[in-house]
Amino acid sequence: MAADTLLPAGGGREPPGVLIEQGAHAPRPPGRGTDPWYVRAVLVGLTVLIVGGLVGLPLVAVFHHALANGLGAYWHNLTADPDTRHAIFLTLMVAPVAVGLNVAFGIAAAWVIARFRFPGRGVLVTLIDLPFSVSPVVAGLVFVLLFGLNAPAGEWLRAHGYQVLFAPPGLVLATAFVTFPFVARELIPVLEAIGPEEELAARSLGASGWELFWRITLPNIKWALLYGVILCNARAMGEFGAVYVVSGRIGGRTDTMPLRVEKLFQEYNTPAAFGLASVLTLLALVTLIAKVLIEPRLREKAPPSIGEP
Amino acid sequence: MWAKLVFAVAAAYILGAAAWVISAGVVRPKEGGELLNVACDPTRELWRDLNAAFVREHDEKHGTRLSVLQAHGGSGSQARAVVDGLEADVITLALWTDTDAVRKAGLINPGWEDRLPNRSLPYTSTIVFVVRNGNPKGVRDWADLARDDVAVVTPNPKTSGNGRWSFLALWGSVVWRGGTDARAREFVRGVYTRVPVLDPAARGATMTFAQKGIGDVHLTWENEARLEVAEAGGALQVVYPGRPGEKPLSVLAEPHVAVVDRNVDRKGTRAAAEAYMAFLYTPPAQEVIARHHHRPTDPAVFARHRDHFPDMDLRRATTLVPSGKWDDIQKTYFAEGAEFDRLYSAKAKN
Repeated sequence: MAADTLLPAGGGREPPGVLIEQGAHAPRPPGRGTDPWYVRAVLVGLTVLIVGGLVGLPLVAVFHHALANGLGAYWHNLTADPDTRHAIFLTLMVAPVAVGLNVAFGIAAAWVIARFRFPGRGVLVTLIDLPFSVSPVVAGLVFVLLFGLNAPAGEWLRAHGYQVLFAPPGLVLATAFVTFPFVARELIPVLEAIGPEEELAARSLGASGWELFWRITLPNIKWALLYGVILCNARAMGEFGAVYVVSGRIGGRTDTMPLRVEKLFQEYNTPAAFGLASVLTLLALVTLIAKVLIEPRLREKAPPSIGEP
Repeated sequence: MWAKLVFAVAAAYILGAAAWVISAGVVRPKEGGELLNVACDPTRELWRDLNAAFVREHDEKHGTRLSVLQAHGGSGSQARAVVDGLEADVITLALWTDTDAVRKAGLINPGWEDRLPNRSLPYTSTIVFVVRNGNPKGVRDWADLARDDVAVVTPNPKTSGNGRWSFLALWGSVVWRGGTDARAREFVRGVYTRVPVLDPAARGATMTFAQKGIGDVHLTWENEARLEVAEAGGALQVVYPGRPGEKPLSVLAEPHVAVVDRNVDRKGTRAAAEAYMAFLYTPPAQEVIARHHHRPTDPAVFARHRDHFPDMDLRRATTLVPSGKWDDIQKTYFAEGAEFDRLYSAKAKN
């Protein structure tokens, strides 16, 4: 750790980075009647209508179709078909590994960006956001070009008996790429807000880099990290586009849950398709609940500790 | 400490999953053998049954536990995936050009077409119409598709075998009846002008037409049409396009099959792959093929299912180009800037 040779980011001197979420702590003025009642009524009504129609209805429809033939059929749809079972297994293998990679890379990237000023930092911040702006299909194709038989890397790996593309390692790479920003983006503003003072103090008291991370940094960012992990995991399990391209769509081998849902739907097996889709939806609901539970913790940790004017 | 326990369990789980993922990338021969059939889109149900029948027969004969895996998608993109390294043992694609693209990449030996019986065609098919029940628009012949009030659904010829056969059938419906290429171009452009959605693969187009209810006529494989109508439960019907008093006219769709030489040699699965392909020509397999509404090439089996397949005037696509070569069909109609691009970009300008 070269914290003393590189210039640490001053807690309050720097203008807030682009990634800092603004206004999270500004006290809201109580909603007194600045707008006429009908404006409020129309806006609230529209919002309820849009959320209900775009989010609520499809949610209900998924479970309605999934449970159309009763609970027994629902369970049978999920567990009887070996390809569906394998898809669930594969998603439970691929998503956590992608999340794990992103936790490691995300913490490292966020720490470097929040603590140091160096040439190319702005580019790095932009690059972290890149997977959000690139179409997942393009992301998948990039891996095809990198690891395809026509690329040197693909050729070499093939010659040495290893398959990245059209196999689980490729699925993990594509998923990790697409979900990369989630963890880093959550951590950068928190690390910037906390400032380096606690870490510097620990350092001056003789803490090693490892102790510094486990005793100071990690406890400070743990809620933001958990929040990022949850979002990252939800997206990783639901990822379709990039995975579609790199999977080769081999039934019972490289089909993840979202791919399997599409396949079942196209094979006229609507109840099974919606059954599996409902599992993904349940996951989304769990994510939502976890998110709601964590958000207050995030706020109480977020205010900067020392050194802020 | 709960947190520590949860953390330890999560870390152990992720490490375990990572170990599994990394080891899953190692290529190793599977016990009992494993074949991967990379197929075009609308043959999922067919191969499920054919694979089950083949595995049963093969295991009985050899005492092994063979498994056959399937991958389905648009014919062109499947060929591309095999070229990019998808470990297909056999490919069963919709178009000669797609199979030959894999040969051009050096994965299949030259002369593949003559290595299996009947020019490597265990079955053929054709392109027919699916319309809403009762045929409300009165669509009976190819010429009806030129009408302004008829919207046609068919997949994109650039990516889909179904799309290409539809295009060739449309073009041929003019030329085979003595029309000029200029007339054909006019007719085909008119049809594609009114295609509301150009899906990338056959099954997607079926969903667009049957489930989303878009369009008046669905141009699709005969087998896909039969399946689609059966699934729709009376909402749809098949039309065999032709003039009154004449035999219905369409293209002879030829979905070739081939063993991917370089893959089977490396994986050591040549014997199983060749047995798999040979099995397709046996009477039991031909029966399965006929049951799935593909036209079996075994004359005896075809005769048994005679009344299942209306007598049609089926023309080979290669009659559309003077040289009779698929490469020229590709060049004339589907290559970058060829007929389809020209008439479809003309649509965009309108």
